[in-house]
Amino acid sequence: MRLIRNLSNWFDQRLGLATPIRETLEHPVPRETASWFYVFGSAALTVFGVQIVTGILLALLYVPSAGEAWKTLEMINHQVTLGWFIRALHGWGSNFMVAIVLIHMVQVFLFGAFKYPRELTWIIGVLLLLLTLGMAFTGQVLRFDQDAYWGLGIGASIVSRVPILGPPAVNLLLGGPIIAGATLARFFALHVFVIPGLLIAFVSLHLLLVLRLGINEWPMPGRVVRRATYIREYHKLTRRDGIPFVPGAVVKDMFFSGFILLAIAACALFFGPIGPTGQPDPTIIQTAPRPDYFFLWVYAVLSLLPPWAETPVLLIGPVIALIVLVALPFFSGEGEKSWKRRPIGVLTILLAAVALGTFTHLARVAPWSPAMDAWSGDAIPAQYLKGRTSLERQGALVFQVKQCHNCHALGGVGGQRGPALDRVAVKLTQDQLIRQVIQGGGNMPAYGKNLTPAETTALVAFLLTLHPGDEAPAREGYRAAGFGARP
Amino acid sequence: MNLTGLSRRGMLIALAVLFNAAVGLLLAVPIVGYLLSPVVRGRRPGYESWLSLGAISQFPEGQTRLATYRNPVARPTDGETANIPCWVRNVDGQRFQVFAINCAHLGCPVRWFPKSGLFMCPCHGGVYYADGSYAAGPPPRGLFTYSYKVEQGNLMVNAGEMPTTGAPTAGLINITAGRWPCA
Repeated sequence: MRLIRNLSNWFDQRLGLATPIRETLEHPVPRETASWFYVFGSAALTVFGVQIVTGILLALLYVPSAGEAWKTLEMINHQVTLGWFIRALHGWGSNFMVAIVLIHMVQVFLFGAFKYPRELTWIIGVLLLLLTLGMAFTGQVLRFDQDAYWGLGIGASIVSRVPILGPPAVNLLLGGPIIAGATLARFFALHVFVIPGLLIAFVSLHLLLVLRLGINEWPMPGRVVRRATYIREYHKLTRRDGIPFVPGAVVKDMFFSGFILLAIAACALFFGPIGPTGQPDPTIIQTAPRPDYFFLWVYAVLSLLPPWAETPVLLIGPVIALIVLVALPFFSGEGEKSWKRRPIGVLTILLAAVALGTFTHLARVAPWSPAMDAWSGDAIPAQYLKGRTSLERQGALVFQVKQCHNCHALGGVGGQRGPALDRVAVKLTQDQLIRQVIQGGGNMPAYGKNLTPAETTALVAFLLTLHPGDEAPAREGYRAAGFGARP
Repeated sequence: MNLTGLSRRGMLIALAVLFNAAVGLLLAVPIVGYLLSPVVRGRRPGYESWLSLGAISQFPEGQTRLATYRNPVARPTDGETANIPCWVRNVDGQRFQVFAINCAHLGCPVRWFPKSGLFMCPCHGGVYYADGSYAAGPPPRGLFTYSYKVEQGNLMVNAGEMPTTGAPTAGLINITAGRWPCA
């Protein structure tokens, strides 16, 4: 013990850090902040630490070369002792990091912690969110597989839509005319040097601000923030009723961080490393690229926007979102902090959560994508063929061979790009079906050039059988009137 | 403090700042030049050049086949990423169309379905007709088309840069079938 004390005295005589560190650790914080709601910031920091350590470990073996990267990932997964586990920790760590940063942001928003005097803390936090997402995207690129390759193509296509500056910006982004070695190398530089450097710098500022301005007190309905009086009131609160950060408030942070570490390790152990998918060879076109989980909602938005709205929304939307986030503490810097008195704030969060959740769910199903192999893989249900004429069965064959199944489901199997056709004969008459098949329309291509008259006749004959037994097929109103026919 | 309001020390600091600014500027020129090299190189002389896709006999009349070329601007670390696919359509034995693999919406690889005569994109559901024109889905235009020529029985395309929605004509001439004089 004496040796330790002597050693620490020796260092402190030279460094002089003992007193400031002790003061920092023991600085008084509002009593109610020792809460499970106040643990997400420290958890994000912990996960960031995990990412740094596992990232360095991966960099021991990873080669940022377009020709080698995929092979080194396969090697780390399969040949290096516990390499799969380190990759899994890094991959799941990134998922947890994005999630915790988002939860932290929502908590800060709902607790009014962005209000005076913590505006700058919030703005740097927004920047940290962007940097975290930047790490997630560049990390996905470093997992240099098919998804990464075509994901870069999507990124380049979006960037190219910026007026005038777009095309040169694409070359700058890719480091050349195509997605290749230079592209991977610059994303490596971003992921390993530039963004982590910025993250460390801004996380330090973020922490400094938290220490200088104090942890946000628990919001009480009716306790209103005013610029003139807030700081005095806050100090009164911490002095009168505060507890030292260590050991008073830090215990829950520590337990939660440990729990998160355990959760990451458990995910890594049970689910294993993320990817890589197929090798990044652009000539292998049998692929359906999908982004990582946290960008799935973007993928859905890109599919669902009407074409005319796409470029403006893509280019202006993020700018507006950023301006709103940065400006938030300035037009809402005073007033009520409690979520109980901020219904619009709560509704905004709910709306954002529902929207993101819906888009993410849609992107997992991706009903807008044709099922590229449905025509060869998904059979027509047997009951649609039983007791049919040979012409109708021939039509079913046309339906399958002409890849109609890729976009249209029958019996719940097949693409969802177009409507399911199980009841199509209830809605469309023979003439309407012929016209729809030949001319297309809505979102359907015209098949006039690709079907012989015989094929069209057979196909329509098959489609006319598609109505439930208890629902009559559609009929032409004018025929009924003109010829006096009875249904 | 002297009469001009500028102390000797203040002036030295100003001089030092100026000196460093000048040196910084001097260094910034090559640094920015290095960073911008992909852009500068792209404009002059350009990334495109004429490449052979192979003998025209590989592309039967009336059919659409996948062809590959090695990108003319390739670096040692590029590996397979410099092998670029494209769709070649032999319209009638005389005229060809060469389409970029990239969907005009957001660049995913389109696939050819010969039976239905459609190109379909697996990402967001873009669909194109056999001649590359827009059929359905979110793409704002038809497929990107490379200009081509036939030389000594070889099909040549002018390629080298990935076409994107905002830069579809970076070196690509959007020709309709048959406008190009065939040898």
